[in-house]
Amino acid sequence: MAAGVAAWLPFARAAAIGWMPVANLPMPVAPTEKNKRQDELIILNVSGRRFETWRNTLDRYPDTLLGSSEKEFFYNEETKEYFFDRDPDVFRSILNFYRTGKLHYPRYECISSYEEELAFFGIIPEIIGDCCYEEYKDRKRENAERLMDDQEDNKDAKLPNMTFRETMWRAFENPHTSTMALVFYYVTGFFIAVSVITNVVETVPCGSSPNQKEVPCGERYTVAFFCMDTACVMIFTVEYLMRLFAAPSRYRFMRSVMSIIDVVAILPYYIGLVMTDNEDVSGAFVTLRVFRVFRIFKFSRHSQGLRILGYTLKSCASELGFLLFSLTMAIIIFATVMFYAEKGSSSSKFTSIPASFWYTIVTMTTLGYGDMVPKTIAGKIFGSICSLSGVLVIALPVPVIVSNFSRIYHQNQRADKRRAQKKARLARIRITKTEGSNAFLHSKRNGLFNEALEFTNSTEEEQRLSKSTSLLESQHHHLLHCLEKTTYKCHIFFYDSLFVFLPLPASLSLSCFYLEAGLQNYPSRSPSLSSQDGVTGTCCSRRSKKHHTPLPNASAPAHMQPLTHTHTHQQGLQELSTIHIQPLSTSRSSLNMRVDDPASLNCQSSQITTAIISIPTPPVTTPEGDAHLPAAPTHQNVVKVSAL
Amino acid sequence: MLSAIWETEGLQTVGIVVLVFASIKLLHLLGLISFSEDSVEDELELSAVRHRPEGLEQLEAQTRFSRKELQILYRGFKNECPSGVVNEETFKDIYSQFFPQGDASTYAHFLFNAFDTDHNGSVSFEDFVMGLSILLRGTIQEKLNWAFNLYDINKDGYITKEEMLDIMKAIYDMMGKCTYPVLKEETPRQHVEVFFQKMDKNKDGVVTIDEFIDCCQNDENIMRSMHLFENVL
Repeated sequence: MAAGVAAWLPFARAAAIGWMPVANLPMPVAPTEKNKRQDELIILNVSGRRFETWRNTLDRYPDTLLGSSEKEFFYNEETKEYFFDRDPDVFRSILNFYRTGKLHYPRYECISSYEEELAFFGIIPEIIGDCCYEEYKDRKRENAERLMDDQEDNKDAKLPNMTFRETMWRAFENPHTSTMALVFYYVTGFFIAVSVITNVVETVPCGSSPNQKEVPCGERYTVAFFCMDTACVMIFTVEYLMRLFAAPSRYRFMRSVMSIIDVVAILPYYIGLVMTDNEDVSGAFVTLRVFRVFRIFKFSRHSQGLRILGYTLKSCASELGFLLFSLTMAIIIFATVMFYAEKGSSSSKFTSIPASFWYTIVTMTTLGYGDMVPKTIAGKIFGSICSLSGVLVIALPVPVIVSNFSRIYHQNQRADKRRAQKKARLARIRITKTEGSNAFLHSKRNGLFNEALEFTNSTEEEQRLSKSTSLLESQHHHLLHCLEKTTYKCHIFFYDSLFVFLPLPASLSLSCFYLEAGLQNYPSRSPSLSSQDGVTGTCCSRRSKKHHTPLPNASAPAHMQPLTHTHTHQQGLQELSTIHIQPLSTSRSSLNMRVDDPASLNCQSSQITTAIISIPTPPVTTPEGDAHLPAAPTHQNVVKVSAL
Repeated sequence: MLSAIWETEGLQTVGIVVLVFASIKLLHLLGLISFSEDSVEDELELSAVRHRPEGLEQLEAQTRFSRKELQILYRGFKNECPSGVVNEETFKDIYSQFFPQGDASTYAHFLFNAFDTDHNGSVSFEDFVMGLSILLRGTIQEKLNWAFNLYDINKDGYITKEEMLDIMKAIYDMMGKCTYPVLKEETPRQHVEVFFQKMDKNKDGVVTIDEFIDCCQNDENIMRSMHLFENVL
């Protein structure tokens, strides 16, 4: 029952009085409204734009968000209105659906945003009215095609275990997948061209001996042309057989257009081999040679434009049919008229109606060869009418075909463009993602600085460094922190300048590390970081200043000069040992020098540091590495973080 | 020889005539000349009828609805029929939406005639509201009167068996085909017989208004049902 007629329900019920005298049985009891509310206006505030409507209007569709009690979740007590943080333009259509019972789809709206809004408000898109449903379906189909195109590109990735046959088939279908396939593709293209040129040149008259008439090259150099032809046909046969072998479904392959073209291209040669120079069949033989020109269609595997053209013609079959039919009608009519108009004139070329067909066709397509011209006045009048109408009849279906071709062609272009742009897009997206994760590092570093500053009481630096990270960011970072604490793991990040942050679980030492590393003198034994490569950074321990026990022996590789601080709390907890390795240039590795502001932490040091963090929890991914810290006594797992 | 000349001459004439007519048609299409004075566009003006109802106060006085109820009624009415009047097609459409299973068009036709008191082919808001006022807020007498008016198709003051049969068939049509027990051919006829036995006191084959009202007032079921739709609005 449409919403609009809900208002007429009282009328329908009142009219039921007409049945009363006729009824033999007593009527059932009518439902009464318990608390009959007066209809009231409710205010819907959608992103600042206020919509007002009667409550009853919204109640018409109780299975949507606005019609059910779900909207109470959005009720704002102070302003006594329902606030939705959604698009107000789309909401207009949605509210009109309640008012009129018809859902319209505005053309300028993006299809996905519209569908999202509909899903939010609990309205199924199928109710879109007939006036807008076509448009909606078209856009949706385009969108789905686009998504499918994207997915298909992803599917191009090579599956690990493909049989030889499948590999071959894939090589045939997508030549850009392997070099072999590309070579094959170009070779076949070359031979197709050679074959076509051979066929063409065969008929050109070559220079001849002076006493004979001109002979075409084909007859003069019969053997040469025969050899070329044989070679090409060999290649084509081999190619066809290989495709046939590799095809996943041979029967379907044999029925496809391309394979039929292949067969038609090579068959005349074999038939010519089989047939002898018999006079009777030589006519048929000549006809067969014509089929050799079909080899040129093999180029459609190589050219996408040709394929699109063929596909367009196929899809415009009805328009072409209409064109043909109307042309035929017009030709017959005008040919008849011209024949009878020119019957009187002497020596007229219009000897019969079929003979006039030629004139009509030539005139209607505005070719105008001039081999047949009307001589009488009537003939000339009708001839001019014929040419005018010809222009019209031919011009009418052509734009349909053109627009079809344009649409399909642009679709293909778009697919190619999207594939090309995808790489750039993905790269950009990756950069923004790493920026997001680097923000985490920044904030940690700032947090470190803030703590470090506490000990130095430098207010202006404090102000500078405690720059505003938004509440959202800080909450996000807190979340990542909690994750680290939960899993006892460190976040190791790749950074394009030389910083890496290694925050450690706070339960142990609440420290974050600065790993300062240089690029040279890297011992070959320390492999790169497990998760990233080329990670460099500085790591410092924050609280190591408090328990300042220099480690007697670091497990760092021999040529490094470590100054290490480790805390080991002799408690039940297993501790994180941290190694801080100072650059050779400086003398002290105490973290109290909080002068490590970012500028100085660049790759000036020629030091490689290795930080070994032992983490108590069992499931730890141990990167490859061989430096172990013997001083960390009771840990089971070692995560070695080494920097290159 | 002459026939040959006639042939060519004839075709020439035909050709020239065709050319002349084509050019005239072209000029007509371009709007430079027009043949007759009355053009087609004027006819379209008359079809859009606008009707504005009388003021709220008059309607309040004429019917037994309160101001608020009239407002609600009008809003619903105007929403469905923006032009202010309902013609029979729209009426049938609206009424059929309440009975999706059957064919309510015949009964809607009778209803339309009952509401269209001035028989001008359209139901305006005043007609609508008057009818509703009687049905919902009228006395028993008025309601029964209205029902009689509905049954009396040709408004001659008598309900004949044929009229009643039509009405009965229309009501049964609204039920549709899928009923339990299955609707049989003679069910409406039987129902009419029962009705006439009850109503037609003097067995003259027609039911007059007095017979009708008397009989209904004595029937308990009918009396009780009349109160059923009291609080519809």
